[in-house]
Amino acid sequence: MVPVTTAPSLEVRGLAYAYPDGHQALFGVDFSIGRGERVALLGPNGAGKTTLVLHLNGILTGGAGTVHVAGTPVVKANFAEVRRRVGIVFQDPDDQLFMPTVREDVAFGPAAAGLRGPELEACVRKALSLVGMEEFADRPPHHLSFGQRRRVAVATVLAMEPEILVLDEPSSNLDPASRRELADILRSLDVTVLMVTHDLPYALELCPRSLVLSDGVIAADGPTGELLADEELMRANRLELPFGFDPRSVRTGAQG
Amino acid sequence: MGAGHAHKLYVRGSSPVHALPPHCKLAAVLCFVVVVVSTPREAVWAFGLYAVLIGAVAALARIPAGFLLKRLLFEVPFVAFAVLLPFVAQGERTEVLGLSLSVNGLWGAWNILAKGTLGVAASVLLAATTELRQLLLGLQRLKLPPLLVQIASFMIRYGDVISDELRRMRIARESRGFEARGVRHWGVLAKTAGALFIRSYERGERVHLAMVSRGYAGSMPVIDEVTASRAQWSYALALPAAALLVCLLGWFL
Repeated sequence: MVPVTTAPSLEVRGLAYAYPDGHQALFGVDFSIGRGERVALLGPNGAGKTTLVLHLNGILTGGAGTVHVAGTPVVKANFAEVRRRVGIVFQDPDDQLFMPTVREDVAFGPAAAGLRGPELEACVRKALSLVGMEEFADRPPHHLSFGQRRRVAVATVLAMEPEILVLDEPSSNLDPASRRELADILRSLDVTVLMVTHDLPYALELCPRSLVLSDGVIAADGPTGELLADEELMRANRLELPFGFDPRSVRTGAQG
Repeated sequence: MGAGHAHKLYVRGSSPVHALPPHCKLAAVLCFVVVVVSTPREAVWAFGLYAVLIGAVAALARIPAGFLLKRLLFEVPFVAFAVLLPFVAQGERTEVLGLSLSVNGLWGAWNILAKGTLGVAASVLLAATTELRQLLLGLQRLKLPPLLVQIASFMIRYGDVISDELRRMRIARESRGFEARGVRHWGVLAKTAGALFIRSYERGERVHLAMVSRGYAGSMPVIDEVTASRAQWSYALALPAAALLVCLLGWFL
């Protein structure tokens, strides 16, 4: 495997990006995520969250600034390496699961990286067991429930043994039980997590630290509980807690 | 393998025919059809023998005769034209039940009907004993252009997703009091089709993004290697070989 480095899992410096139609989405984003941290990226719709995510594995490039993944710069020459190390779980699992069966879908990434035969099988089985979906290996994805599909989507990325797991709105469309199951899975993983969400209680539950992205810049960076309790900050960035939810009254396992 | 991926053409089973590698079966069916098509139409007994061969394979695969016959109805629209041939063809004519029919046309109709039915029967057997994704692996193995195999595999994966989307759009239309009646409403249906196209196109872009994010670089990685032993090949090719023998007899007798 990769030599042990002290480089942070993710290092973003001065990232700015404008879409070809002239709409500028990011105006100089700076942050860094250490190995093993779980961080939430909060922000209202249209804040540039998805644009930022697509920079992390080089799908979008060409603006100003740099992104490093575990010390490796995200540039064209490193795309294969970077895409193995940054596992993005997209919002709609139907987009993420494109193979005829769950097993083949989980195998896609490692097979593209050159794994074959029994090693590939072992890798698929391990990834599926991490999300508790082994017995569904031979099912076609459209026969699974939404929550199961989301878990398989996480497995497809875990199979590549990523340095950092990036989840785009992981709790969207999940019923409370599936939501809790996914949280348990995410907590059990030994991997750096960046979770893009506007589900603030979920962020508080899972992530000790949060970043607030607003109008293309990082507006705040700190412990999730403190940020959510800062009413002025929240209001300024169009972030709202669900009715009756008081972040100060919640004892979170996020510190653990 | 794939539990739950039950296509209605597939009959679950564990017969020796089911167990053959998909690319062997594909090649065997293709050869069989070519042999059948190149048999002279006058050798009526040869087609009878072909039917016996197909029946033997079906019995070996434990495909119920009723299932096979029902699936054969598939071809009815395609051979409807053959029924017209004896009436419209030129040349020598003969009397059957008081109708004046063309001899040439009768032979032509028989030709289409017999060869078509045998070809469809062989394909139905293939589909009944081979899962869709196995077929894809077989095609991939037979070196069909990878792009075609990928397109076919995405059709299988997203067919249900897209028809679901279409169903939701229909429900949304009907919930607002729309019912498609007559030509005046075709415009609405056309817009639905257009919207569905755009949605599917955008989904295609998102799927591509997800593929690229997992290291896709233009070709699908090999996940399941399908291999066949010499014995499996000879087993699968027994059908076209026997048919070839019949065909040669048909030409020389």
